[in-house]
Amino acid sequence: MIRLEKRLHPSRALTSLTPILAVILTMIIGGVMFALLGKPPLESIRIIFWDPLFNPQFAAYSRPQLLVKAAPLILIAIGLSIGFRAGIWNIGAEGQYIMGAICGAGMGLAFYPADLFIIFPLMVITGAFGGWAWAMIPALLKTRFGTNEILVSLMLVYVAESLLASVSSGVLKNPDGMGFPGSRNLQQYPAAANSELIANTGMHWGVVACFIAVIFAYVVLTRHLQGFHIRLTGQAPRAARFAGVNPHRVTILCLGVSGALAGMAGLFEVAGPAGQITIDFNTGYGFTAIIVAFLGRLHPLGIVLAGLLMALTYIGGELAQLMLGLPGASIQLFQGMLLFFLLATDVFTHYRVRFGEA
Amino acid sequence: MTQTLLSLDGVTKAYPGVVANDDVALQVRHGDVHALLGENGAGKSTLVKMIYGLVKPDSGTMTLMGHPYAPPEPRAARAAGVAMVFQHFSLFNALSVAENIALGMEAPPAQRDLAAQIKTVSETYGLPLDPYRTVGNLSAGERQRVEIIRCLLQNPKLLIMDEPTSVLTPQEVDILFTTLKKLSAAGTAILYISHKLDEIRQICDRATILRRGKNVGYCRPAETTARDLAEMMVGSSFTSPTRKPREIGDVVLHLNDLSLPAPSAFGTALKHINLTVKAGEIIGIGGVAGNGQDELLSALSGEVKATADSVVFNGTSIGDHPPGQRRSLRVFSAPEERLGHAAVPDMSLVENTLISTTSQKDMIRNGFINWPKAREFAEQVIEAFDVRTPGASSTAQSLSGGNLQKFVIGREVLQAPQLLVVNQPTWGVDAAAAAAIRQALLDLAYSGAALIVISQDLDELLEICDYFGVLNAGSLSDTRPVEGLKMDQIGLMMGGADSAEAPQ
Repeated sequence: MIRLEKRLHPSRALTSLTPILAVILTMIIGGVMFALLGKPPLESIRIIFWDPLFNPQFAAYSRPQLLVKAAPLILIAIGLSIGFRAGIWNIGAEGQYIMGAICGAGMGLAFYPADLFIIFPLMVITGAFGGWAWAMIPALLKTRFGTNEILVSLMLVYVAESLLASVSSGVLKNPDGMGFPGSRNLQQYPAAANSELIANTGMHWGVVACFIAVIFAYVVLTRHLQGFHIRLTGQAPRAARFAGVNPHRVTILCLGVSGALAGMAGLFEVAGPAGQITIDFNTGYGFTAIIVAFLGRLHPLGIVLAGLLMALTYIGGELAQLMLGLPGASIQLFQGMLLFFLLATDVFTHYRVRFGEA
Repeated sequence: MTQTLLSLDGVTKAYPGVVANDDVALQVRHGDVHALLGENGAGKSTLVKMIYGLVKPDSGTMTLMGHPYAPPEPRAARAAGVAMVFQHFSLFNALSVAENIALGMEAPPAQRDLAAQIKTVSETYGLPLDPYRTVGNLSAGERQRVEIIRCLLQNPKLLIMDEPTSVLTPQEVDILFTTLKKLSAAGTAILYISHKLDEIRQICDRATILRRGKNVGYCRPAETTARDLAEMMVGSSFTSPTRKPREIGDVVLHLNDLSLPAPSAFGTALKHINLTVKAGEIIGIGGVAGNGQDELLSALSGEVKATADSVVFNGTSIGDHPPGQRRSLRVFSAPEERLGHAAVPDMSLVENTLISTTSQKDMIRNGFINWPKAREFAEQVIEAFDVRTPGASSTAQSLSGGNLQKFVIGREVLQAPQLLVVNQPTWGVDAAAAAAIRQALLDLAYSGAALIVISQDLDELLEICDYFGVLNAGSLSDTRPVEGLKMDQIGLMMGGADSAEAPQ
């Protein structure tokens, strides 16, 4: 008989080891899945994890893509991780991301075709504001009426998607777009464009914001009293009250920060890589960022690594679709597996396995 | 009626890091009230959990009525005639007595039949209880009756009771003892777990004594002195706290008609509490759990805000101050629940220090934590209060109850409070640690601080306090000097106006 026995202390070694274990298990089971789909498993894994970075044929294109894809994931995940540490479950980053993009892009387009230095910074601020305001809805409902922020923030994603569909064929529609839905392309409007800062690196303003956010989160969580209070609230709400923490303030702060960062990520995406507001410019970064936050152990540096890894599966996944004709859904399944195995292996940090009679 | 009902031989059970039971033997006869005596952590609970099928022994044999007995789960134990009343009740507040009892049954009869059965059993054994009342409105003693009747409906051969009197008033204890004697006369054996010597001498026929998981003695309590029992239980002797005469100073705290609504549906509202505490005084507040103890501590620590004037500290109205601001004024508190309220299980002692020390000089600079200073403070507490731990980086949950409690109390005491409020300072703590904590509280009062000690341990309150009052349904009785106070007076204070009715 196999049974689990609680450890006296959570194993520190396993805490950092389980993400690696989860990646390995995902590769193995993913390989089996690809084999069942009739694709060569080893080659599929190689195309997803190796070729985007080191294959001379593709690397020149896909290496910069790594930062482009990782930046929004990391930026959103950092915000989410702060909330998750406090036990505030913002599942609606996707909605905040969309609202940030709509508000930020709307601000930029309102100036069209003026050429002012202030336009892009203003867009970033309105982008952050859009995400923040969208996150304030679950925050206020929770603090005022005790609603569940998981449900409210998630449902607001669908509201945001409907708004996106409405504005991209309505108020933000490109007047010169010959009737096609979608806004003007911000990439072609230099004052509002989030352009590449160093050619062929994928480095844009979102990457800069992402670095600032990572350092800021790290300092706050490890050195600042506010970070301590956030961790306290997540681990023992009664002890937090005893310490003098106002739980409503923490709820508003955490949802506000994660909303603002998600909104900013949305703006950087729409003004940069995506270029324009369209019905489906969002690619699910807000949801994938939840995986990134947990894969990174809710730790800022872990999130950077997890974000890069997840970006790699996006790029590698696209490459695999192109090269082997793997279905797109199988790549999403692959990413889901990663979270699944992480949570499964997590059991072993708190329990050890014993064989034999109970 | 002298043959053996249950016998245990060589029973051993180890948990990671501790051997809870080591080669324990136990013999319970038909119709006996058998005491299982030992300090907190001596292994009493583990032993009875094995008898009740909740835990499997690593080795050893159990025999019930001559047959090998190894219940894989409580259901099997109940079928074999073993029932258990737990220290912590497992009842649903929102359901009625009869509904609660039906939930625990394999095949519950119709509500009306069950209610009739409950009435019969409760009358036979002198346990007055209305089957249709909602459990949330019952007193602790009445809730215990629900648990006992739930067990008696199964006609058990052996009834296990885990610390049954810890939640009862003295009068309720008398009612319980009458019931237990009736049960034993009717042939039901009772395994009675306690560390209260007087009770055991009063009602138990035989006693088995456990210390650190091992059998250390077997005796007839009625023929053994309390002192001998205590020595067997504790092993080495420990120094009991010494009281030095103290100087009483000016009024430090004044509670003016402090009232607060109940924090939850089954919490307790505080009603018009008036209290004056002077420097150097220790006020003891007794009462059965759930009569407003937690709520009173929350109102004093600042976790729950009242009107400003209802709490006056050194002339300043602080009733609406948050906890941090009160700490800056040197008002400190230590809640009852160690893990999750006074300390965070998964955090290190250094981090746990920060829960209540942020008002200390240099601890926080511009919002940034001075970690070396926090570590230094944690190490001071560990040193001064003899907290047994590998170091300040250990997590709170890795400490034993007694050591963590010493840390929690030490964390507040070392900040030199002018007012310290503690709730259940020695609950679940071994005797040596309890003595050390009581001594620390006395020393603090000697240095001129005012103390409020909330506790359900009457002996503790009588040992260290100057004045004694009782919380009853959220109201505080008048406080009386401890000197000259008699036990029956205390009992009446605890019962309030509507004290538990006697069975006959």
